[in-house]
Amino acid sequence: MANICIVGATSAIAEATTRHFAARGDRLFLVGRSPDKLAMIANDMRVRGAAQVETFVLDVNDLDRHVEMLETAEGAFGPLDVVLIAHGTLPDQRECERSVAKTLDAFQTNAISTIALLTEVANRFEARERGVIAVISSVAGDRGRQSNYVYGAAKGAVNIFTQGLRNRLAKKGVAVVTIKPGFVDTPMTAHLPKNALFASPEDVGARIFRAIERREDVVYVPWFWFFIMTLIRHIPERIFKRLNL
Amino acid sequence: MRKRYESWGKYPKHQPASVYRLRWHTETPPFDRFDRPVLAYGLGRSYGDVCLNENGILLDTARMAHFIAFDEERGVLRCEAGVSLKHILDLIVPRGWFLPVTPGTKYVTVGGAIANDVHGKNHHREGTFGRHVTQFELLRSTGERLLCSPTQNSDLFRATIGGLGLTGLITWAEIKLRPIKSAYIDMERIRFGSLDEFFDISARSDTRFEHTVAWLDCIAQGSALGRGVFLRGNHSEEPGPLRPSKAPRLYVPFDFPSFVLNPLSMRAFNTFYYYMHTPTRSQKRVHYESFFYPLDAVRRWNRIYGRRGFIQYQCVVPPDDRVEVMRELLTLIARSGRASFLAVFKEFGEVASPGMLSFPRKGVTLALDFPFEGEATLRLCEQMDAIVREAGGVLYPAKDARMSGEDFRRFYPQWETFRRYVDPAFSSSFWRRVMGETPANRTNGA
Repeated sequence: MANICIVGATSAIAEATTRHFAARGDRLFLVGRSPDKLAMIANDMRVRGAAQVETFVLDVNDLDRHVEMLETAEGAFGPLDVVLIAHGTLPDQRECERSVAKTLDAFQTNAISTIALLTEVANRFEARERGVIAVISSVAGDRGRQSNYVYGAAKGAVNIFTQGLRNRLAKKGVAVVTIKPGFVDTPMTAHLPKNALFASPEDVGARIFRAIERREDVVYVPWFWFFIMTLIRHIPERIFKRLNL
Repeated sequence: MRKRYESWGKYPKHQPASVYRLRWHTETPPFDRFDRPVLAYGLGRSYGDVCLNENGILLDTARMAHFIAFDEERGVLRCEAGVSLKHILDLIVPRGWFLPVTPGTKYVTVGGAIANDVHGKNHHREGTFGRHVTQFELLRSTGERLLCSPTQNSDLFRATIGGLGLTGLITWAEIKLRPIKSAYIDMERIRFGSLDEFFDISARSDTRFEHTVAWLDCIAQGSALGRGVFLRGNHSEEPGPLRPSKAPRLYVPFDFPSFVLNPLSMRAFNTFYYYMHTPTRSQKRVHYESFFYPLDAVRRWNRIYGRRGFIQYQCVVPPDDRVEVMRELLTLIARSGRASFLAVFKEFGEVASPGMLSFPRKGVTLALDFPFEGEATLRLCEQMDAIVREAGGVLYPAKDARMSGEDFRRFYPQWETFRRYVDPAFSSSFWRRVMGETPANRTNGA
């Protein structure tokens, strides 16, 4: 029985992933902003077989409370085995271009809060020399594109940060898993027109669960995004800058 | 993938003006901002237009699918309305429980099962799905949330079961499960050569078998008319593995061209199925998946009927002149040469259905598919309607795409009482059709 902490537990992808831990009978510490939604997910996970479920209401931008959150989790269950950081927002690129505040907000939620949390978790896991830290980043972090570079830059920061962290913690037996989903059909993308590239949260959740189990490094979900992004990353900048991506 | 809002029969093709997706049973859709009629849509497994709302708003409930509580001692499960029967089976089978009543597919939501008051192979014992619903919450467009049960808001409880989604939005429901010792069914298959033989076997099976159903060759004529295969079974009493089903491996990737299903291929299939079951009688222990959900093995099997889709015709006729009435229907069907795969045939029992508009009642029910071929198909169905009407039978709204409003009101005279419980903001393509309302220039359906 493992102790799992999920930050951003009410997101559709996090929920789909958490169901696999619940079915296995793990202990779950669910962190999110809405007590109402957390309670509904907690009930669902209990029915599905989670050994114990605790919830913690937190706005991840409240950086001062990260330690309190982790201490509460470990106070309830003992040392955590897995921390999955899944929170995020998809900012409106156009609005960000017109507003410094909006741009910094997007950065705060998608990069700064994650980096702050990772720092705390990493130190705890490093001292114990075990555990898995998984972060849901995005394929958008692989290259800056005009349509989505604020979000992309934040996710890019997370990608580089986790890459370095993985390098540091690999020697200590701690796995850092960077998950890069493509388009997923969730409330976050509800406003986007859907196409054949969209994956279901269930499929993505199953893949993330497996990646955590296998302590993988960088995971594109679904797998074909690896090829799409490899292609996109290799387009020379002089051509890329003229494209409408 | 882009989600399409069609019914299982792909006829009629009615698109909503917009879709509002729900994820939590506590959220209230902005009813005051909706300027068109509203209808809940789950997994789109009803065949005709009860799940469609042309130019209206669909409330997509497929992701409002959380479990709420499970009392493993008593077998009582509470979940959101978008939870599918598949999700429930995956959860409860390993813990020794099973659905009290299940239709022929597990890809339906709990909300849909209630709204159509679905039935299964054990109707003669357990009645409809609605009989095992202990309570549910109904969200009305006023924002009011009503707990409905046989004792609380009992009128709305009865109106909502089989109420075709018209009384409001079912947000969560509680159902009573049945215990099992194994995921396996002890099944018997018996070949029969005529309708008389069917009724004879059926009469002898009902007390000994919880589940009974027959597949009928609906193409055979003359002396072979009414031949088929009778299936009966019980949940195995011998403790066995409690393993839920595996995911289906077969998939129909696109709509088949129309020539695939032709009179010749249909005849071959029906004949093959009949003779496949040699000897005339066999016993076997099978997993519940192959017993209850043979068609679930092929994802999106409805595509074999092509882009035009199909009509499923299901009626029930009272026991009085059942042999004559069924013979008349089968003769008509066989002569038309339009029927496709096997027809499903079953005797319903005495157990009263709880819903005001519930379809199942004492008698014998026949269900079969017709590839949709326009006018000719509709005319054949109308000829069948006349026989059903004459016999005092009724048609099943969950399967219907074409019955006349006059017939609906004759079959379900309770509609006048029922109408009082319809939520004024809710309507469906079906409801407007049978109530003779035009879809245009209306903002509500009651």
